[in-house]
Amino acid sequence: MSKVDPLFETCLRLGDTALVLGQRLAEWSSKAPTVELDIALSNHALDMIGQAQLFLEYAGRVEGKGRDEDALAYHRQDFEFRNAMIAELPKGDFACTMVRQLLFATYASMFYERMTASTDADLAAIAGKAEKEMAYHARHAGEWVVRLGDGTEESHQRAQDAVNLLWPYAHELFQTDVVDQAMIETGVLPDAAAFKGEWLGEIEAVLKRATLSLPEDDWMPSGGRSGQHTEHLAYLLAEMQVLPRAYPDAKW
Amino acid sequence: MTNDAKGKGGWPLFEVFIRSKQGLSHVHAGSLHAADAKMAIENARDVYTRRNEGTSIWVVPSDAISASAPEDKGTLFDPADSKIYRHPTFYTVPDDVECL
Amino acid sequence: MVHEASAPDERAEQFDAWVADENKVEPQDWMPEGYAKTLVRQISQHAHSEIIGMQPEGNWITRAPSLRRKAILLAKVQDEAGHGLYLYSAAETLNVSRDQMEADLMSGKAKYSSIFNYPTLTWADVGAIGWLVDGAAIVNQIPLCRCSYGPYARAMIRVCKEESFHQRQGFELMMALSQGTPEQKAMAQDALNRWWWPAVQMFGPPDHDSPHSAQSMAWKIKRFSNDDLRQKFIDMAVKQAQALHIEIPDPDLKFNEETGHWDTGEINWDEFWAVVKGHGPCSRERMANRRKAHNDGAWVREAATAFAAKERARAEKVAA
Repeated sequence: MSKVDPLFETCLRLGDTALVLGQRLAEWSSKAPTVELDIALSNHALDMIGQAQLFLEYAGRVEGKGRDEDALAYHRQDFEFRNAMIAELPKGDFACTMVRQLLFATYASMFYERMTASTDADLAAIAGKAEKEMAYHARHAGEWVVRLGDGTEESHQRAQDAVNLLWPYAHELFQTDVVDQAMIETGVLPDAAAFKGEWLGEIEAVLKRATLSLPEDDWMPSGGRSGQHTEHLAYLLAEMQVLPRAYPDAKW
Repeated sequence: MTNDAKGKGGWPLFEVFIRSKQGLSHVHAGSLHAADAKMAIENARDVYTRRNEGTSIWVVPSDAISASAPEDKGTLFDPADSKIYRHPTFYTVPDDVECL
Repeated sequence: MVHEASAPDERAEQFDAWVADENKVEPQDWMPEGYAKTLVRQISQHAHSEIIGMQPEGNWITRAPSLRRKAILLAKVQDEAGHGLYLYSAAETLNVSRDQMEADLMSGKAKYSSIFNYPTLTWADVGAIGWLVDGAAIVNQIPLCRCSYGPYARAMIRVCKEESFHQRQGFELMMALSQGTPEQKAMAQDALNRWWWPAVQMFGPPDHDSPHSAQSMAWKIKRFSNDDLRQKFIDMAVKQAQALHIEIPDPDLKFNEETGHWDTGEINWDEFWAVVKGHGPCSRERMANRRKAHNDGAWVREAATAFAAKERARAEKVAA
């Protein structure tokens, strides 16, 4: 195996996480609790897919082998995907979707805010766009988590279940490996560990308003960012990639 | 605006006003239901500004709007009809004098 | 406009004269009961069509074959949700609640456009819907921007402004297929074969069989007859199919030198009425999906209502 290019790997991690989460959000189309929320969730999906296009397009340029964003999105296997696992978990009920949005978007808005100062001009530019989108997602999700947590008995229970289910997967977002280290050292990526405390503070503040609580930190699954996924990703990709795989020569 | 401000399981109706760019007034865009004002603003953002139509949003509970009665249209507005001297075109001035 | 003090039949006469003269009617103006009823039926039916219409195309969002197509399709289906909302709020100005309209949709009491009861079996169907179904919708909707009822006309102006990309993306998608591999070309032709006649039927029954048409025309709720609009659509679509190099599935289709229009073969109105009555291939599924989304979301709507009530109570406590 050839040596991994950390910048290419980084673009895939960012792009794949955006793509897989966008795909999950898109599953809400025509199924949301209100038509207004249907529109909101589609907007969020569109933001994620837009980010994925930018990151993967750049990944293709960094790699220099002529692969564009679609080649990367549609012609890689599940073990070649580098998304964080929190993105691939099934969409679940509306509480799951909102809690995931809260945990992820709060993290991503902080990450991209710092990434606007990246030494890599392309990543800095993408971050400038993504930062605002993620800040809006975090706000929107925060308000809904509060409504659900402090709503009815049923919604409180569903929101708490969602927090319990998703919390373990949030830690992966803050883990760093040799790829991240190389990028942090050269100022390409911010160090997520450095703002974990601030992130936790924001999450706790929302959960407090929502009368929800965080579970104990024990199990902290990880591996998505190096290609070790949950069982769910292969199904998601089988659906997403079906046409380009069935008709490899076709242009759409 | 409707008298029936409830619906959507009791979510009140809000009227949405959008300022399309700085320097222009907020203009009525339509209405929507929401459980609270915050949700109304978020819904308005998604429903009425998907194509960069807005720089600012107002939402007002529909039942907070007082409207003139249609049958008062004559009483309220007809008297203005005869005040034609309020319009610049009422006055005859020579064509060759500038800045008038 | 109508004087409140007038006697009932005088009011109706004044109203008819007012709209005949191309004047607009606004929500608080006096209007004949039949006018309001017709509008509620038409606008809510239109809104329901937008909402149910999300499903056939939405079926392909997660399988769109490129990221660009995925974004386009998502944005398009999202617009349909938005159009549904514009229309529901236009209907609400006639004192019918959105809850009531949604309940009527889910109980099967209210109708929606039959076209959405056909399945989307391949990716090409997404293109065919954009090109033909949205193309037909635009032909139908542009005159409605001049409808006599102000809120409906305003909603339609907004809808038409947004809709123009829908038809173009569909045509562009079909063009990519028709210039693609043999399988893709076959896919495009197959989609046209299945969607052509349902699209032609979208304009409703022929004029002699359309019970509400004459009154709606007089009230300027409807501006052209079903058959006139249908002809306009056919003339437009024939040329577009030629540009795509795919064939309209009608052996009797031919240009009529005398009228300057394209004549089609017999339209199968039995099929149309069967689908209207709920026997379309996907009628039951579409309704079941709509009900399921509504029922699955009940706890979310209840939560938001409960939270808003708590917030109000807390605000009142602070104020007291």
